[in-house]
Amino acid sequence: MVDFTLWDIFRNLLLAARWTVVLSLIAFVGGGLVGLGLLLARLARWPGAQAFVAGYVQVFQGTPLLMQLFLAYFGLALFGINVSAWVAAGVALTLYTSAFLTEIWRGCVNAIPKGQWEAADSLALSFGEKMRHVIGPQALRIAVPPTVGFLVQVIKGTALASVIGFIELTKAGTMITNATFRPFTVYACVALLYFALCFPISAYSRRLERSFQRGR
Amino acid sequence: MVALDFGAVLAQWPALLRGAAFTLGLTAVSAVLGGIVGVACGWARAWGPAWLARAVGVYVELIRNTPFIVQLFFIFFGLPSLGVKLTPELASVIAMVVNLGAYAAEIVRAGIENTPRGQLEAARSLALNEWQVFTRVVLPPALGRVWPAMVSQIVIVMLGSAVCGQIAAQELSYAANLIASRNFRSFEAYLIATALYLGLAIFIRQLLNWAGPRFIFGRVATR
Repeated sequence: MVDFTLWDIFRNLLLAARWTVVLSLIAFVGGGLVGLGLLLARLARWPGAQAFVAGYVQVFQGTPLLMQLFLAYFGLALFGINVSAWVAAGVALTLYTSAFLTEIWRGCVNAIPKGQWEAADSLALSFGEKMRHVIGPQALRIAVPPTVGFLVQVIKGTALASVIGFIELTKAGTMITNATFRPFTVYACVALLYFALCFPISAYSRRLERSFQRGR
Repeated sequence: MVALDFGAVLAQWPALLRGAAFTLGLTAVSAVLGGIVGVACGWARAWGPAWLARAVGVYVELIRNTPFIVQLFFIFFGLPSLGVKLTPELASVIAMVVNLGAYAAEIVRAGIENTPRGQLEAARSLALNEWQVFTRVVLPPALGRVWPAMVSQIVIVMLGSAVCGQIAAQELSYAANLIASRNFRSFEAYLIATALYLGLAIFIRQLLNWAGPRFIFGRVATR
């Protein structure tokens, strides 16, 4: 029988926390790209884009992330794709993140005064030029605080990937609990590590928000 | 090609219905208790003594910066080692109340802090005591201001309750799990459960948007 010291538990959890960070980054970057694509499709007024994106957002915000993970896990397998937990978790979290980010960013674009659009139109700027030189830079400034704040949601969301067998912080906690029979200590450490990851980011997001409000 | 068989899952509709009802019940209990915790903590944060405001601040930050599933596991697996044994259902309710309470506290606080000063001065000049000022003058319009955020948060907690199936609370995702393990139609079972969750989310949102102004904060305001 091997005895686990508190340091052993903490060290193993710390190692597993890497995969929480990596998965969060994949979901955040992937979700950002997909979300940006959806936002542009909406802004460019592609036929049907409006309804499609609205439905997409409704579905992903109105269903549990856990179910989305299960559907990605079992659904991709139906199409003969050999899914590892990595692929399923990456796909599900990317889609989930994109739905939230595209909605957040749409709010930011809507906050830009209409006169800016009209001014850009009257200069005969193309859609791309409008985005790059007029709307984009202004929207970006408003978008930073809520986007950073949403990163916390993504990190917490990755904890659900443990359910489909992705070994990250929460799954490692369960495995270590099964080996040590010390659930209280282990899950307290797991919670502490999540807190150490998330709290600085939420504090930073709040500070950005305050400085943004002062700057207006 | 992919052959889907929804019939095999739909044949087990009583289990799905029971699961959905269970999820709805869990959400109802948690929304009421979590709302009360939220109002109490919101009051403490905005108006309470400094030490209490700080203690509640720590609670709010701890909950908002850790995943729900970890909170649930801590309560269900961790607390028994301190001698507190909980059934899966009770552990689920406690976790949901603790979770919703922290988010609701911040929402309610925002509402309380936006109370116009004149309202307070008017209430005090009528010689209302502090309890009356809070419950009659400050709280109802504060809840009215933040009701949309509150409704969204309750829906988020309902969706989060899918995790409670992992500790064998008999809610909707657990029912889907059970059906999938009986007939191996995992994708179909989860797809139907997901559709039911979407329906529940829309239903709860409509219900609360309708009920809020009528029963929660409107009564006092319209009198």
